[in-house]
Amino acid sequence: MFYDVAVIGAGVVGGLIARELSKFNIKTVLLEKCNDMAMGTTKANSAIVHAGFDSKPGSLKAQLNVKGSEAMESLCAKLAVPYKRTGSFVIAFGEEQLATLEELLERGKANGVKGLEIISRERLRQMEPNISSEALAALWAPTAALVSPYELNIAAVENAVVNGVEFRRNFDVVKIGRAADGAYELAPARGDNVRAKYIINAAGVESDDIAAMLGDTMCGKIIPRKGEYLLCDKNCGTLVSHIIFQCPNEMGKGVLVTPTVHGNLLIGPNAIDIEEKDDISTTMQGIHETLEKGRRSVPAVGTKDVITSFAGIRAHAKCDDFIIRRSEGSANAINVVGIESPGLSAAPAIAELVRSMFEEMAGELKPNPSFNPVRPTPVRFDVLDNEQRRRLIEKDKAYGRIICRCESVTEGEILDAIRAPAGAVDVDGVKRRTRAGMGRCQGGFCGSKVVEILARELGVEIDQITKFGGGSLILSGKSK
Amino acid sequence: MLSYDLVVVGGGPAGMAAALKAKECGVESIVILERAETLGGILQQCIHTGFGLHYFKEELSGPEYAHRFIRLVEENGIDVKTDTMVLGISGDNIVTAVSHDEGITEITAKAIVLAMGCRERPRGALIIAGTRAAGVMTAGTAQKYVNLNGYMPGKKVVILGSGDIGLIMARRMTLEGAQVKMVCELMPYSSGLSRNIVQCLEDFDIPLKLSCTVVKTHGKERLEGVTIAKVDRNRKPIPGTEEFVECDTLLLSVGLIPENELSRAMGIELDSVTGGPVVDESRMTTHTGVFACGNVLHVHDLVDYVTLESQTAGEGAANYILGKRGEPAYAQTKGIDGIRYVVPQRINTHCDRNVKLYFRVGQTYKNAKVYVECNDEVLVSRTRPKLTPGEMEDILLKKEEIGELSAGAELIVRLEVQP
Amino acid sequence: MTRDIICTACPMGCPVTVELGENNAVLSVRGNQCKRGEKYAVAECTNPMRSLTSTVKVKGGVNPLVPVRSAKPVPKHLMLECMKIINAAEVAAPAAIGTVVVENILGTGVDIITTGSCPAKE
Repeated sequence: MFYDVAVIGAGVVGGLIARELSKFNIKTVLLEKCNDMAMGTTKANSAIVHAGFDSKPGSLKAQLNVKGSEAMESLCAKLAVPYKRTGSFVIAFGEEQLATLEELLERGKANGVKGLEIISRERLRQMEPNISSEALAALWAPTAALVSPYELNIAAVENAVVNGVEFRRNFDVVKIGRAADGAYELAPARGDNVRAKYIINAAGVESDDIAAMLGDTMCGKIIPRKGEYLLCDKNCGTLVSHIIFQCPNEMGKGVLVTPTVHGNLLIGPNAIDIEEKDDISTTMQGIHETLEKGRRSVPAVGTKDVITSFAGIRAHAKCDDFIIRRSEGSANAINVVGIESPGLSAAPAIAELVRSMFEEMAGELKPNPSFNPVRPTPVRFDVLDNEQRRRLIEKDKAYGRIICRCESVTEGEILDAIRAPAGAVDVDGVKRRTRAGMGRCQGGFCGSKVVEILARELGVEIDQITKFGGGSLILSGKSK
Repeated sequence: MLSYDLVVVGGGPAGMAAALKAKECGVESIVILERAETLGGILQQCIHTGFGLHYFKEELSGPEYAHRFIRLVEENGIDVKTDTMVLGISGDNIVTAVSHDEGITEITAKAIVLAMGCRERPRGALIIAGTRAAGVMTAGTAQKYVNLNGYMPGKKVVILGSGDIGLIMARRMTLEGAQVKMVCELMPYSSGLSRNIVQCLEDFDIPLKLSCTVVKTHGKERLEGVTIAKVDRNRKPIPGTEEFVECDTLLLSVGLIPENELSRAMGIELDSVTGGPVVDESRMTTHTGVFACGNVLHVHDLVDYVTLESQTAGEGAANYILGKRGEPAYAQTKGIDGIRYVVPQRINTHCDRNVKLYFRVGQTYKNAKVYVECNDEVLVSRTRPKLTPGEMEDILLKKEEIGELSAGAELIVRLEVQP
Repeated sequence: MTRDIICTACPMGCPVTVELGENNAVLSVRGNQCKRGEKYAVAECTNPMRSLTSTVKVKGGVNPLVPVRSAKPVPKHLMLECMKIINAAEVAAPAAIGTVVVENILGTGVDIITTGSCPAKE
């Protein structure tokens, strides 16, 4: 197949870039190594739109964070993605950290962050009664918000596909060559090659490998930095109502405690530089460290509230900034490398920047006349009132059958997720799209039903269904 | 809006027994709301035998035990709505449910019996480090795949937790051709029934590793093994005792949690130890007219006891509906010295019948004496040769003894180990 | 010699001590709380028996399987042999509860019967 552009990596950055390009008459293919989008850094991070005071003034991180954060709310509205502006605190525990707050405040002002102020212990406790009594003061950033990163990612790809982008799963680019006409020849680990005139490398933790295939050394190797998180039951989702950071350190923003857009409580991450780029295993030590640090901010969080733990890998670049540059080794490519925090916050702005760089590279772009920026709002039975539910079930009885009890997800929603453009093809894909299996029983009851529905819809036996593609089969075969 | 005298939430053994008893006591209009496609609850996947020895004096399989009650429910003309999930119950006892065929239904009820059962504790709550590979599931989920769907979760199995479902699944998986490598138990004793240890593990030479846990899972896509470790007295893994066990499946049988989301949303007071509602001897919760029984109230060891308890709740609901219940005056029960909890948590001092107090102990005891005391006076005492955490115990309180109680009195259930 | 066993005749799990003479002849049984316990203990030391439960494939049913059990306990050492026969068996839907699926399994005199029902697929 021949395309104008191949975007490598369907994380939130690649997804939004593909969507941005779908505004124009460009034939784009979005290549994803895994069985679904949002399988890398996007699925396991703090799920926060940062206000933008952390990064060094003048850095790409600072510029794109503030810009992305400003664009996020309306983007989420268009794409029907959960977004909630709560504001954030950075709390200071000792006298010496008060100076850090001042420093962050100044940095934030320089970065153009609006509404920042340092607030007293009393006001902090008033706004956040469950905060540790050791917190002396806090930097209040009213523009910080919660977002569901994987839902933003899924929505972006869905919308991109509706607007003409082709999404290819399980396309692990192992080699990039040039054809006689100068077009790129992208070879996957398995299957047929894809040809494209231009490449945009948004491969996350593997973006340095792709850059190397393009002949770019960029800023050295990506350092995979692992962060472990704990997700707590919804019954402690109201423990805090804002995002609570501790003072940052050289490894990042430190352990935060935050509500999620879905009403759970999230604690994390710690930060450990690791060797393997796909090592998302959690460690006993990391889990305890995370919990302990989280408790320092909000002492009421208990071990028994934890419903799951997970780890994500951040693509850390040595220069400590995003690297978004035209390829030096290979004229028709753009590298988007080192997108770690605040990458999610910056993603909408990264997509725009890449689009303008692409325009410079490829010449003036013709708009796509049929571009539709809006993604239809998925049904969320759980948040409807009974009258809305009644009307919905009248239209389709599948919305009357609850599959996931904990999150009240109906069969209709699961079918929607599977039948959607670039829809779910595995159990985790259904989970991310519908929340089935994300609740307190973690799929104990609904897991087997989701497997049955997937098998029925995909027309395969249930022992062919995977958790997340590849060899992650749920079952080993028939018993008799 | 529909209207019933009694709405029973859940059509497992508890809900069916409560509905049948209420009918027998003279309640005419009863409906059972069941989320699955058939009545019977978890019994339908418990195809092993061992059910009914107390209640029917026969050894039945789960589906057979369920079948007897399903037939009675049919014969008694009790209304049943399957494939129906209760979404909420209002303060004035209006039940909102959703179903595939009928959509949203609202039902007013004079009384409600909560019989939603329990769920298994998932992995996350255990905090096992490692990868997120496929091949880790609860024993109950595996039971459903094997017994109802006819598929195997894997070929080489480690089971964490020696609760009954874990033990039963060790045997089921073995009989169906899998290799069960071991059952690991965090505690120094098994919480399963002795007969299950004999018939499910010893019969098949499956090792039971006590004071041992899984600390890490391995494998990127499908599970490739687990690291197990011995634990100390505080249940913390002992460094240096780690051992890698190759397996493609890890089944978890690490406890059951009563499913009280509906009860919690209604503001019903819950017992922090049982995880179920606080109830009186008729199994009425702190919400007037709302009763609870079976595993939603506290996790039972035998379904026979669930049936008996649910009959109590059904009768209590009937008495409430028929106006045979006066203003209660409550004495409280409390377990101390090794008694983890007591159900019922309160007793109406006007109660005119014998009351069984159910309790569980926190560890294994031999030659123990159980006392029920009030104001330092011993009301009842019973000697027990053996008490184990896996088994639910009971002690009978005579109606005369209850008649003597004053409102607000505290009934202490305690335990003394005999020399 | 004596043998300590846990009685599994019912879920009570009484500890029982069996005194054995020559050729495993049972001399006495102690610790049991009922008659069935004595019977169990004797059998356990001479010819242990077990109830066997599994599933059998259903042809044309709404469910792929129907649960089965041995109508009476079978010798413990034959359990895995019995499974081979059960795995090969199949019943046609509709299958009623109590249907004999395998008659006189392995010549034990015990039938394998369904413990659930399975309606036919429409």
